[in-house]
Amino acid sequence: MTLGEVVKALDLKVLVGADLLGRAVRGGYASDMLSDVLAHSEEGYVWVTVQIHPNVSAVATAKNLAAIVITNGRSPEAETLRKAEEKKIPVLASTWSTYKVAGRLYELGIE
Amino acid sequence: MNESIRRARRVKKTEQLSYSLRIGEAMNKRVLALTTDRTMMDLRGVLKDHRISGVPILESGRLLGIVSIEDLINCLRLGQMERTVGDVMTTEVVTLFADEPLIQAVKMFGKHGFGRFPVLDRTTGKVVGIVTKKDIMQCLLKRLQSLYHAKESRKKPISENGRLLADLPSDETALTLKYAVNGGDFRKAGEKSDQLKESLLKLGYADVDIRRLIIAVLEAEMNLAIFTDRGEITARIDPHRISVKVSDEGPGIPDIELAMQPGYSTAPEFVRELGFGAGMGLPNIKKSTDEMKIESSPGVGTNLEFSVLFR
Repeated sequence: MTLGEVVKALDLKVLVGADLLGRAVRGGYASDMLSDVLAHSEEGYVWVTVQIHPNVSAVATAKNLAAIVITNGRSPEAETLRKAEEKKIPVLASTWSTYKVAGRLYELGIE
Repeated sequence: MNESIRRARRVKKTEQLSYSLRIGEAMNKRVLALTTDRTMMDLRGVLKDHRISGVPILESGRLLGIVSIEDLINCLRLGQMERTVGDVMTTEVVTLFADEPLIQAVKMFGKHGFGRFPVLDRTTGKVVGIVTKKDIMQCLLKRLQSLYHAKESRKKPISENGRLLADLPSDETALTLKYAVNGGDFRKAGEKSDQLKESLLKLGYADVDIRRLIIAVLEAEMNLAIFTDRGEITARIDPHRISVKVSDEGPGIPDIELAMQPGYSTAPEFVRELGFGAGMGLPNIKKSTDEMKIESSPGVGTNLEFSVLFR
């Protein structure tokens, strides 16, 4: 499944990376602890979190994640978006909670 | 990348090319031509043998007219195959010049229904080639392919996984990259590990081969940013290993054994709220590397060393 299909299915807002939505989504991970994500996410995963500070982009870059999904309608800091843009990490946003976003992703077959 | 965007980019590239390339580069220079005295029967043979659909009529390089497969069909229908091509040919021929941009040919194909245009040299006025839609397509594809190859070869790193170092004659070769990390500035944490990653990529290391090392460095960098005033990360690159030393003059770790236990953390609450200090930093570093050593004296500082081996 591509990121574009996920964006459509969950009605996500694309904050960064409108040109990167062809990327394949290989799995997903939901956590707000950075070390936890570093330890357990894998390349090509979408990461669902409420964290909005720039280190989010650093973690996603280090793990080569497919995208970051920010939940609860939170707005990422400008520096987070700038870093993501520079590193070509798509940043998506949802007004839903992490629980609901993760559930919908799972329903789509993303495990 | 989105497929439609990718397609749009490709179209844009071919459009650019069609402006920069000249018709002379795309045209077929081996022009099959007939003189006015040949018959439509002869034309039939030429079209059939060479699988083409039209032939210019020339006299010592000058264009007199053009005959096409449509003319041939007409003559066949009327039983006029003995007529000469000079008699049948269209004399008002639309031509192009070899020095015109390719886009001009594209426009002319759009404007007229013709399958081919004779190409003239602007100064001599003589026919130097003939161009069909197929010629244009082949020319663009060829150019796109060579651009692609040029791009691919530029991408090629200078060596493979640090093999460059092994190729330098010496008794011992190593490269050292040093990074200073400011404490308290944990929002910037990740900058140095990313710089190291970029440097290693430039040295020819594959992204996937250095990923676990970079995770370890990022964890260490976050530790420096959260717990110390300042620290230093030194990466030493040897032909078959990368060793990283992380040193600081921070508070030190009173009980290393405890700190190595997953989940144990002394991070302040405000840092934890940002998702740091999960008590997984050191265990993560150990998990991500092949060797790890840590020494710490409370009040003096901490020295952490880890390395990743390459074949």
